[in-house]
Amino acid sequence: MAAGEPQPAALPLAPQRRGGRRSSVRSWRRGDQLIYALAWIAGLGLCVVASAIVIFLAVKGLQYLDPKLLVTRPSAAVNQANSGGFLDPLIGTLTTAALGTLIATPLAVITAVWVVEYGRPRWLAGIVETSIEMIAGTPDIVIAIFGLAFFQLGIFAPFSFRASGGGVYGRSFLAAGIMMSLIALPLTYTATRNGLRAIPRHRREASYALGKTRIATIRRVLLPSLRPDIATGATLGLGRIIGSTAIVVLLLGATLQNIPQNGAPLIGFLRGTGSTLPSYIFFNSPAGEGNAPQKAYAAAFVLLIIVLGLNWAVGRISRIGASASLSTGRMS
Amino acid sequence: MGAEEPGLHAPCALAPQGKVGENVTMSINQLVFGPPAPLPMTSPPLRAVDTLTGPERMRLQDISVFYDGVAAVKQASLSIHKGEVLALIGPSGCGKTTLLRTLNRLTELTPNASHSGTITLDGDDIHELEDTKLRARVSMVFQQPNPFPMSIFDNVAFALREQSRRRPRRRELEPLVKQALQRAGLYEEVANNLDRPALRLSGGQQQRLCIARAIANNPEILLMDEPCSALDPRSTAVIEDLILQLRSDLAVVIVTHNLQQARRIADRVAFMYLGDLVELADARELFESPREERTREYIAGAFG
Repeated sequence: MAAGEPQPAALPLAPQRRGGRRSSVRSWRRGDQLIYALAWIAGLGLCVVASAIVIFLAVKGLQYLDPKLLVTRPSAAVNQANSGGFLDPLIGTLTTAALGTLIATPLAVITAVWVVEYGRPRWLAGIVETSIEMIAGTPDIVIAIFGLAFFQLGIFAPFSFRASGGGVYGRSFLAAGIMMSLIALPLTYTATRNGLRAIPRHRREASYALGKTRIATIRRVLLPSLRPDIATGATLGLGRIIGSTAIVVLLLGATLQNIPQNGAPLIGFLRGTGSTLPSYIFFNSPAGEGNAPQKAYAAAFVLLIIVLGLNWAVGRISRIGASASLSTGRMS
Repeated sequence: MGAEEPGLHAPCALAPQGKVGENVTMSINQLVFGPPAPLPMTSPPLRAVDTLTGPERMRLQDISVFYDGVAAVKQASLSIHKGEVLALIGPSGCGKTTLLRTLNRLTELTPNASHSGTITLDGDDIHELEDTKLRARVSMVFQQPNPFPMSIFDNVAFALREQSRRRPRRRELEPLVKQALQRAGLYEEVANNLDRPALRLSGGQQQRLCIARAIANNPEILLMDEPCSALDPRSTAVIEDLILQLRSDLAVVIVTHNLQQARRIADRVAFMYLGDLVELADARELFESPREERTREYIAGAFG
């Protein structure tokens, strides 16, 4: 080693600095100062609001949350000591979330793939795109009331059950799950479509140039690198499904307990009515019939935990998926 | 400009090995201090490898390519032979990449593109072949190294897995993957872990992986669209060596902006200008005594 060159062992000779002096905020133009200040205020403000919600619910929730509530079925009783817990709404929430996401995600992904990778004739792709935008803009109460009319049609009797008069009841986990998939679909669709559009053309061409068909390229090259996008979209959709109250009230029957119909165990359950945590919270809020705010707080806290937990899990899964292929496959 | 049969250019085989270093210095001097007074007549081609030109593989007859009816390539005719490196040079927008992409029908993927004329591969019209079959025989390496987001092994195996119902097992593919990586000069560097994500390789390694992927199926023709323009000089040198080795088995058609590179590796050079195939000649002839005025100007301008 030549003299004067630093020895590797003695590298940190000078103190390490991260940067140098910066321009002082005071010297900036008024407009720049204003935007800068607003950016800080908005960012911190949102943090405050978010933590306020979490802390409020945590305090109230933990105060009233008795583990017994999680495993007891609710029942209608004037005396709160006898009105049970929210086992059924908890199961209902998980069921509708799973059902809605399982229907929406594959549908959204293949639709996005068709629009971006095939998309011919172009007018048809345009119509598909517009339809999805329209669904995205439709309030869920409108989706719910449409769904009710839809699933009360005679041919959809297998999705729910016939009431004693012979009419189709139209309310069930299946009906609610299918309509809930509609409110999740646009989010997953948009995320997948944007992810596909961000993949450079030469990556597809690299596959075509090896003699691969379009469909082989989509399945083996494009979809694997879309995992994080699909996961993000699915999480957003999941959040909307879990939070949806209108569809539960109209299409799930919002019965306090999950009431399965006759049939095979799972099918019967899915054809029956039930409730979810949001409808339970509404029922027990001061505005609802139950009027047991303590239980509403406890249920709200559980709902929040579920949502946060799902977000974390999906982020985790997509990170594992992404690191398996390293990066989103979009570098260069 | 008709198709020209390449002659053997013996002189380049005679270039003594010891001279190579000098020549490199010389061309750097040329770059720094401007062109030497006469066109570089004095500097022989840098390559000290004999040509290996074999039988004709592909023939283009009056090929024009249009985008929205506007010709990007005008009536180009040429032949491509096994064992040669054919370089397409010319200023940006002259149609050389379009011509290259027409050889494996990638231009078809552009909705507004159309063509006239015929291209044959071993006598068969390429537009009569199935696109996937054609592209398995005429494969391509791109400007940007673009490995797929999967393991090194899977990148090469992806090319090998036929469009068949049954997926071949890893055991069957392993020797073929290994062979392709060896031919691309990458095997030694990645042998210890073929399951590493391909995107973790360096840029030069990624490009060699793309070459391995492109030659895994033993194509007859390898198209290269400026394969070194995103790479540093050292990786470029490695890939140029590789191209010279590969051409013993197949025909290489390479688009390059780098005239020095064309001098170093090409057996024949085609100069394109505004969609015209202006001149097609043996590399030495084209660089040292171009017949066309436009070629002369381009080479002189680009050297200066």
